Amino acid sequence: MKEKKNLLKNPSFQAILTSLLCIVLGLLIGYIVLLLINPAGAGEAIGTILINFLSRNSQAAQLKALGNTLAKTAPLLMCALSICFCYKVGLFNIGAAGQYEAGACMGLYAALAWHMPWFVCLVLAAIAGAVVGAISGALKAYRNVNEVISGIMLNWILLYLSNMILVSPSVKDVTSPYTIRLASGNPKALIPTAGLNTLFANNKTVTLAIPLSILFAILIWVILTKTKFGYELRATGFNKEAAKYAGMKEKQNIIITLAIGGALAGIGASFLFLSGYQEWSTTQTSVPAMGFNGIAATFLGGLHPIGTIFASFFIQSITDGGALINKSVYPSQISDLISSIIIYLCGFVLFFKFALNNWVSKREAQVSKVDGQVIKADDKDSKGGDK
Amino acid sequence: MLLLLQYTIIFASVLCLVALGGCFSEHSGVINLGLEGIMVMGALGGAVTMFLLPEGTSKLVIVLATTFFAVLIGVIYSCLLAVASINFKADQTLIGTAMNLLATAAATVFVRAMNTAINPDNVSSSIQYIQPKKAFLKYFGSFEFNWFMVMAVVLLVVSYILLYKTKFGLRLMACGENPQAADSVGINVYKMRWAGVLISGFLGGLGGIVYITAGVSEWKFDMGVAGFGFLALAVMIFGQWKPTKIAGAALLFGLFRALSNVYTGIDFLAGLNIPSTVYNMLPYIISLIVLAFTSKTSKAPKAEGIPYDKGMR
Repeated sequence: MKEKKNLLKNPSFQAILTSLLCIVLGLLIGYIVLLLINPAGAGEAIGTILINFLSRNSQAAQLKALGNTLAKTAPLLMCALSICFCYKVGLFNIGAAGQYEAGACMGLYAALAWHMPWFVCLVLAAIAGAVVGAISGALKAYRNVNEVISGIMLNWILLYLSNMILVSPSVKDVTSPYTIRLASGNPKALIPTAGLNTLFANNKTVTLAIPLSILFAILIWVILTKTKFGYELRATGFNKEAAKYAGMKEKQNIIITLAIGGALAGIGASFLFLSGYQEWSTTQTSVPAMGFNGIAATFLGGLHPIGTIFASFFIQSITDGGALINKSVYPSQISDLISSIIIYLCGFVLFFKFALNNWVSKREAQVSKVDGQVIKADDKDSKGGDK
Repeated sequence: MLLLLQYTIIFASVLCLVALGGCFSEHSGVINLGLEGIMVMGALGGAVTMFLLPEGTSKLVIVLATTFFAVLIGVIYSCLLAVASINFKADQTLIGTAMNLLATAAATVFVRAMNTAINPDNVSSSIQYIQPKKAFLKYFGSFEFNWFMVMAVVLLVVSYILLYKTKFGLRLMACGENPQAADSVGINVYKMRWAGVLISGFLGGLGGIVYITAGVSEWKFDMGVAGFGFLALAVMIFGQWKPTKIAGAALLFGLFRALSNVYTGIDFLAGLNIPSTVYNMLPYIISLIVLAFTSKTSKAPKAEGIPYDKGMR
């Protein structure tokens, strides 16, 4: 009995359990929707969404598809880390999408207009994202503007601004609304594959970005949990006033946090656009989904940088899996539907943990009563035991 | 010029309706970031109704049925926010974001499934409503009058009265300012917040159908409502959470939005050679600047965003 108590009350176990529950419920609802559309192939379709690349015929095709998923997981993970990092400091960085746009714009402009090598583009993208994040931070620290509201405004401002900057003739393709392909415009700006492409059936979009993003996840985890800097930031998040009285510069901490968050999102954008996976469309009229999917990955990952790695891969994998289902019968947006349901359910996580803790405490109290043992019970326990 | 006026008024009507929705929700103490999603759902309800009504239905029936279903779907969808944020004390920002993503995905899936069911070769995500849309329009010369404009004005007046002149409105606002105090004098905070969110679903859903019928006769649902819900949020903040000021802000932001549509037709503006993206960007920039100067003395409801817990008095 003691073992069970430890397991169910263990926060990491709870986080994994709740995330899995969200996933199962999300998939179940997705499956029901598929059944409603056409019962015949629903099972196969949900299977395809789940196994994604494994549904391809040959091993080479599977590896190639896995490479594509990984290439998009890296930017998603960076956005998720951005949101996760800020959330740990008590800030909801919904502006990650805008910081991502700034990074994409700066990275592509530096690559195509200035012909910079990839690492310079990457750093410039990080700086651009950091500046946008810092604007939100400064508005919050000095002008009391909620970071969610300023983040949303900046998402749209930067979308239009990026479109405006990237239509410049040196950057945009003449015949299409997209920016020039890096492979022809400036191959130096492509992030090197370092031989990783050979592991994935010569998929050239598999670059150093993937191991780098995982390194960033570990780095963020170390900064948050093992350093004084991270401790101060988290203290500011728990209680701004208390942190201030403890001698921490709470205003500065808010700005630095959002700037770091912005830099992470900016790097994320360059991980996607500098891998040559896709080009920026200068006619797009909606904020890229990457920033919002990052929110999904963050919460599904239990707000833990390491958990976020797996959550990002899962979200990206079902999104790509959605593109593989029989499109003449089912809409591919079914996977967006599943991931948005998962985000929605993540909102109930706190409540679920609370209920779980209550339930475990009650059971323990009951068990101890039966055994006739006197154990020191906290408030919740005695309440349960009295019944 | 007349075109500019027409577009300004119709876009202002949308912004005003949706911002008023946000206003009710926030005054009750719940931040409604899901307005964008509620608009999509309202638009879906209205568009599907127009699409399915048989040809030759009288104009009055079209107008009433379309409005009714847009509002109904909006209200139902807003329940997702109410349940999560009021009863389960979820993070309101997270839920709002999830609702926005969910609405676009669900609407696209629904429309595509519907199109495919009617014609197996049709996998598009758009609905056409050229003919039924005419029921909403009346022409005065070249000015295209839309019945939704009247609805917006009426609902603006009703909202003002409801919020400031009735017991219900004052109680609602009390729940957003100091829910503990409201509860101590016997107001049911949970019920009031539910009411606030459902009203925002009503107005947001209506705003959604007005938006997609404003300029076009066909809507692609995979693009959602292109950020209009967020623009409405900016209108609400710019309007300091007050219906009268919201109306003014809606007119101003509606003008910018209209300019980006029609500026090429106005010689003097076309001569300035400002790209349309600038007009699209301006409302957001202005609200951000205004926020920077007014947030120190913000008129935002004090308890918004904080889940109410009866046990924490």
